[in-house]
Amino acid sequence: MGSKKKIRVLATKPGLDGHDRGIKVVASALMDAGMEVIYTGFRQTPLQVVEAAIQEDVDVIAMSSLSGAHDYLFPKVMELLKERGADDILVIGGGIIPDEDIPALKACGISEIFGPGTNTQDVIKYIKENVKR
Amino acid sequence: MPEKNDLEKLRKAFDEWSKSVEKKLAKRPERKPTFINTSGIPIERVYSPLNVEWLDYLSDLGFPGDYPFTRGVQPTMYRGRLWTMRQYAGFASAEESNRRYKFLLDQGQTGLSVAFDLPTQIGYDSDHEMALGEVGKVGVAIDSLKDMEALFRDIPLDKVSTSMTINAPAAILLAMYIAVAEQQGVPQEKLRGTIQNDILKEYSSRGTYIFPPKPSMRIVTDIIAYCSEKVPNWNTISISGYHIREAGSTAVQEVAFTLANGIAYVRAALDAGLHVDAFAPRLSFFFNAHLDFFEEIAKFRAARRLWARIMKQRFGAKDPRSMMIRFHTQTAGCTLTAQQPQNNIVRVAFEALAAVLGGTQSLHTNSMDEALCLPSEQAVQVALRTQQIVGHEIGVTETVDPMGGSYYVEELTRQICERAENYIKRIDEMGGAPAAIEKGFIQKEIQDSAYAYQREIEKKERIVVGVNSYQVEEEKPTNLLRVDPAVRVSQVEKLKKLKAERDNSKVKETLESLRQAAEGKDNLMFPIIDAVKAYATLGEICDTLRAVFGEYKGVAAFGS
Repeated sequence: MGSKKKIRVLATKPGLDGHDRGIKVVASALMDAGMEVIYTGFRQTPLQVVEAAIQEDVDVIAMSSLSGAHDYLFPKVMELLKERGADDILVIGGGIIPDEDIPALKACGISEIFGPGTNTQDVIKYIKENVKR
Repeated sequence: MPEKNDLEKLRKAFDEWSKSVEKKLAKRPERKPTFINTSGIPIERVYSPLNVEWLDYLSDLGFPGDYPFTRGVQPTMYRGRLWTMRQYAGFASAEESNRRYKFLLDQGQTGLSVAFDLPTQIGYDSDHEMALGEVGKVGVAIDSLKDMEALFRDIPLDKVSTSMTINAPAAILLAMYIAVAEQQGVPQEKLRGTIQNDILKEYSSRGTYIFPPKPSMRIVTDIIAYCSEKVPNWNTISISGYHIREAGSTAVQEVAFTLANGIAYVRAALDAGLHVDAFAPRLSFFFNAHLDFFEEIAKFRAARRLWARIMKQRFGAKDPRSMMIRFHTQTAGCTLTAQQPQNNIVRVAFEALAAVLGGTQSLHTNSMDEALCLPSEQAVQVALRTQQIVGHEIGVTETVDPMGGSYYVEELTRQICERAENYIKRIDEMGGAPAAIEKGFIQKEIQDSAYAYQREIEKKERIVVGVNSYQVEEEKPTNLLRVDPAVRVSQVEKLKKLKAERDNSKVKETLESLRQAAEGKDNLMFPIIDAVKAYATLGEICDTLRAVFGEYKGVAAFGS
């Protein structure tokens, strides 16, 4: 039956990095897998990310950063989500994120980081298995 | 090219040979049902004179240095002088980057290439809210002329050519460079270098735009006009395909979209009243060196032939230098893997070789840690050595265009030319590159190619060694270059100090002159140079321009 609600995903790039090949490829794959994807474009402030996520009533936020600014931007997004009571949204990240930074990102609530070489099928599987809403 | 009778004989022999191969295929099939390259060009089992019947040596190839420059833009190419070895570098503070530049020059690199951080590229000072987390991360933070002075300390600007990867605020960084040179006693006429200054590709593929297209094109043409007169040895623009390719385009699209942007710049400069031969010789280009070895070599040759014909036929250029593509190449970052990073050394070597066999004037080779972080000293040294080995040890530099005459390469060159030309025609019909970008056409083509490429990898139709095949359990990489977040703190301190010590009324005056010039038609380079010398910050100058030109609100152009 077709009554199951589609998973809604906010694909986004916080910060100044404009390299959006990866996030667009992920977004396309998620759409092909039956999810609804809203891509905000790049150059979003953490506040814009959170406001869009809440406004669009998404189940997942997929954030991408390749400029090394994830160490500031990602935790900032998590902080704002918590403030707004929206921390039941599944948050995943990707881009150029050193392995050694991942524990700290997970500690602030990001569920998984998908780095270079990720197979989009793994992202799809992860979301389906871990979406909280 | 063979006589008609010989061709008939050849055709018959080829048909017989093909038939006998087809018979054997049932027992010994080929690895794939069809062989097609990333640009969608079918690849034949073998190439022979039959594939190049169309070739007219003088009109399609020419000798090196002669129209249409297919074989190279200089008659002696690397027999005269090797390409410039120019590694893109910069991170953290000007002082740190200065150290890295000295290291690279010491190790034998022959030109400088400056990487700026994102706040600098987007016209924000390090103390701006949008700069949080970004200062010094992907390049050097330059907030004012003071930082620029530190960046080039003890580097003689009359002896070294410098390429600066800067687009929206290119006029400001060029002004700073001119000011630093002046402090060194080097007049503008002696300066050699390049600013990327290619705003069109920012809108479609890279993202570091500030202002909307119209005023941005005005800035580009102001720079071109200024340099034509005052900085004649400067490459005013580096019309780029590298980023378009990195964003996921095919080789054909890389050529087509780059040259379409080039056409738009030439048109804009002509509309601004410049004469084509007065500025076109100083346009330069920047291409990607990707993995398909022969397609890449053919691509560079095709780009040269196509541009030469466009400049001659469409724009009526008379000076041969107006028709030449002089280009810088960077090996393809997007082909490098985080898994088994040492494999990247091999990939880069092949990509570098393709660029050299393609006749590049300047080359950056990526470091093995490309997918992990900025290059460590050790990694960038290997990357530089790769160029030096290609240049000095393997003999490919001893003759010009060694691939010329290869049946495969000549036919590929022709195919790429033809397909790129078709794209350019379509873009023309849309009203040119700026219109095609506004419509989202370029972005969609790139995005579709990127998605197709990824699907090929996931279906294992395209093998990536170490990623979808030959994987190993790996140790986590260590000793990666990290930029200390304290860089931001120190830049903010420097800004406070600068603003306290400079003549603020002079700054105000120069910014006011700039504002007036921006509202009128005067060349912006002059007031920008004045502002820069008064130690106005990059952010202050850009904010002045933002107030007049507005900010571009991007076309998200996804899923449409």
